[in-house]
Amino acid sequence: MTSERNTDIEIRLLIEAIYLKYSYDFRDYSGASIKRRILHALRQFECHTVSALQERVLHDPGMFMQLLQFLTIPVSEMFRDPSHFLALRNEVVPLLRTWPSIKIWIAGCSTGEEVYSMAILLREEGLLERTIIYATDINPRSLDKAKQGIYSMQSMREYEENYRRAGGRRDFSEYYTAAYGNAIMDSSLRDNVTFADHSLATDSVFSETQLVSCRNVLIYFNKALQDRALGLFHESLCHRGFLVLGSKESVDFSAYSERFEPLVKPERIYRKS
Amino acid sequence: MNGVRAIVIGASAGGVAALLQVLGGLPAAFATPVLCVLHLPDDRHSQLAEVLQRRVHRPVSEAHDKEAIAPGQIYVATPRYHLSVEADLSLSLSQEDPVHFSRPAIDYLFMSAADAYGDGLLGILLTGANEDGAAGLAYIKNSGGRTVVQDPRDAQVALMPEAALALHRPDHILSLSGIEQLLATLESSAC
Repeated sequence: MTSERNTDIEIRLLIEAIYLKYSYDFRDYSGASIKRRILHALRQFECHTVSALQERVLHDPGMFMQLLQFLTIPVSEMFRDPSHFLALRNEVVPLLRTWPSIKIWIAGCSTGEEVYSMAILLREEGLLERTIIYATDINPRSLDKAKQGIYSMQSMREYEENYRRAGGRRDFSEYYTAAYGNAIMDSSLRDNVTFADHSLATDSVFSETQLVSCRNVLIYFNKALQDRALGLFHESLCHRGFLVLGSKESVDFSAYSERFEPLVKPERIYRKS
Repeated sequence: MNGVRAIVIGASAGGVAALLQVLGGLPAAFATPVLCVLHLPDDRHSQLAEVLQRRVHRPVSEAHDKEAIAPGQIYVATPRYHLSVEADLSLSLSQEDPVHFSRPAIDYLFMSAADAYGDGLLGILLTGANEDGAAGLAYIKNSGGRTVVQDPRDAQVALMPEAALALHRPDHILSLSGIEQLLATLESSAC
């Protein structure tokens, strides 16, 4: 019991140290998951205590960058939850089309799978050329991977089924070049994509947008931070703009439940009311 | 068995029938919340709450992210997400890598609930063909909580209870009907 209590104290101190030294703010992340990830990192770095990890992280920025890879969850896939993308195509695109130019913010884009999914959908709907996509994340290594757009062929084969079920109109392989077991995404898909470092915990709104997509990010935040993020999305979105969340996320338990109305509720597609 | 503030249950192969028997015997007035992780194929998993609700006299729902744990409620983990209990006794979901090929993982629910409830937690591990839950149950015990392992001879698949018994000595080793009876005594003495 005593050692468990010590661990909890040490975790709080580590998170505080990271904030003070590197300005990455994990203080309002969901506690259970962040604890597991820190303990997992502890084993990988062969540190006996969180305090020992803290010392290394504080004095070695390279070590912090390694720890950051454990603190962020790079779980993503293309056209994840195909029915969600089908609903975007059928319910949102016809309305999105009415704006002469479109700005989309993909918040917490991780390694880019959501970005390429969105770009492919927009291209098939003839909207990609008049759209600017802002793809943001706190993890610079994830952003680099997203910019490169290289994924394993094995995962692409899984995404192909998602793409088809999401209402994809072409042959999925038209969007990438296969080489050495990898798929290199068609670079023209990201002609209008700006990748940028942005934190939902510490940064503010940078542009007006018509659609914000933030999928499977909010579940890692506590209620206060969820409210902060939803506040940013609300501020960024234009009148009647769209907010899309992950399949197990909703605005229901938040301070913004009255300020977004569901458009396709089971698919977590909302409109600013 | 005084002072039980929450119950966590884990099961894998053979788990639906075992869970129905354990939960089916609960009286409607049972106020202690119950949180369950069952390993199932994703498509069957999504109907678990409905299947349980038909046979259980208390409200059963799929766990939602950031939902406050309500008295008397039975929660089942949602497919493809880990389920955790936060320090403020709310639920959270996450998509970290599977543990023992499982997401949701029993270990994650058990350990986070032990952190949140300490000695007020009762952990129950049932039938299964997987070692998930063994470490979590030992962690509950170390955190001051109480533990129950289904008697491997009574379990449809003995591997999961046996893995738990290899790691720690639980407070009780019981058949399913023994667990039912235990929960009944718990209700009459809890306050």
